[in-house]
Amino acid sequence: MKSDKSKLTFWLLLSPLVIWLATLIVLPHVGMFLVSLREKVGIREYETSFANYAVFFNEPLYWNTFARTAYMSIAATLLTLFIGFPIAYYIAKLTRGRTKTTLFLMCLIPFWVSELVRTFGWMILLRETGVVSQLLQYAGLVDGPIEMLYNDAAIMTGLVYTSMLFMVVPLVTTLDSLDDSLIEAGYDLGGTSFSILREIVIPHAMPGIVSGCIVVFMLSLGNYLTPILLGGKDSLWFTGLIYSQFITRFNWELGSAFGFLLLGLSSLIVFLGLKLSGQSLSKTMAR
Amino acid sequence: MITTIPQNSAFKWSYRLYVTLFFIYLALPLATVCVFAFNDSVFPSLPWEGFTWAWFFGDQAPYIGVFHERPILRSVVTSGVVAFWVATLSVFVGTCNAFLFVRHEFRGKAFLYILMLLPLIIPGIILGISILVFTSNVANTLEDATGLWFDGLRPGIILVVLGQFSFITTFATLVISARLQKFDSSLEEAALNLGATQWGAIRAVTLPFLFPAMAAAAVVAILMSFENFNTTLMLVGSDAPLTITMFDRLKLGSTPVLNAVSLLLIVGSAILGLASLLLQKK
Repeated sequence: MKSDKSKLTFWLLLSPLVIWLATLIVLPHVGMFLVSLREKVGIREYETSFANYAVFFNEPLYWNTFARTAYMSIAATLLTLFIGFPIAYYIAKLTRGRTKTTLFLMCLIPFWVSELVRTFGWMILLRETGVVSQLLQYAGLVDGPIEMLYNDAAIMTGLVYTSMLFMVVPLVTTLDSLDDSLIEAGYDLGGTSFSILREIVIPHAMPGIVSGCIVVFMLSLGNYLTPILLGGKDSLWFTGLIYSQFITRFNWELGSAFGFLLLGLSSLIVFLGLKLSGQSLSKTMAR
Repeated sequence: MITTIPQNSAFKWSYRLYVTLFFIYLALPLATVCVFAFNDSVFPSLPWEGFTWAWFFGDQAPYIGVFHERPILRSVVTSGVVAFWVATLSVFVGTCNAFLFVRHEFRGKAFLYILMLLPLIIPGIILGISILVFTSNVANTLEDATGLWFDGLRPGIILVVLGQFSFITTFATLVISARLQKFDSSLEEAALNLGATQWGAIRAVTLPFLFPAMAAAAVVAILMSFENFNTTLMLVGSDAPLTITMFDRLKLGSTPVLNAVSLLLIVGSAILGLASLLLQKK
């Protein structure tokens, strides 16, 4: 009797999970994959083929954009790591008590705000009639208005800004758990600041570095707002291509193929990151 | 490089300077957006023409403030409705998931757990298109088979809710599970010994203990729903939530009314964010 009841409870708890994952995650992705294998041969007539993937590999614009999105995302990830690491170290190791909480909150607040608002801020600052351009003119440093939007540097600024939190938080968490006495011991044994950083701090922070990098890379790769608004029409970001195939050209077959390629790349990088650092997905993501 | 070990002061000061510059970089775009919400000019840029409240309360063109701008007010309501349903659904499913993963052992648990985490690593725009493709196919099949219309499965508010729910539930599950793991199950056993039914014990003892985490998950869900863009963009129909409306305005160029909306959003999200932190600390 009791076991019947607990079985019932189990099935009742299991069903929302299964319904959610099956109807909103698994089936849609299987469906998208099947659509990406369809080739249109007539009105509502389709054949199964790899034609859509062939289009991708035969059209330089498409795979160039794909490659560009990938390496820009890698660059953004590395830049975020280099800028964020000293900050995380400062918050975790060189501040105490209230200062620490305040600095940490100051890092968090900008990221509770919609990405749209943050990007809007950068647009007001960087555009031709923007604040930076006009301040430079008032200061007499430049003669005419200068356009700082719609180039790769602007995209990079926006991407790094948008992803910073996802790097700083895991880094602060792992650096916090590093015992100060280990660093002291390093100095006692004659280590220089650099060798201590290399042999004690960075190895200890590795889990945080990996999870930060994975999340930042994924977010940059899948970002749409920042490259489109800060990079303009020629930003050539892969998500932009997906959007135009789906919404503007209504070519869902090709769009699905693009979507699958992006998903494949992002999963591959996550997988490699986890394998190289010997960590599991559940541990990395639960941070 | 720790507080107990002295460093030369040039290094210390340049480190501090770097940290200061970093925080200026963080604050700069948000501060700029806020400042220009009060500029008495139809463009959100310099020169400074004087202070005004018109972008909040103005009702004469071109000085139409947020509170008189119908399309924006309407999309705030849409966002609110979406956020409400996303929060309700994801906290409900998240609570069930937490009980399932924390309290039950079963075959395939590890696999389902990984599957449950997957929405975190799927780019939002891909979640959006996959749900769009799937629901359209289902709608087409159903319409061919029955001859009825299934508008709920076409881009619109229902799909936006489903799309956001599909990944926000993972966050809700993680937040609520973390709290349930800390629960001392002897409390529930005590209630059972005192004659409570299983469900009665959960309702009287476990759920009140979980409540702060459920509330925090709801706040996080509302926050994420309000600001979600990528997934929503692919699923939106005729009634657009706030971020989509703002995006359309932004592409065309707009008066500082957008700055005023943004300022309100910044204040609102800071309050919600702090609330979620306080709730999780409890």
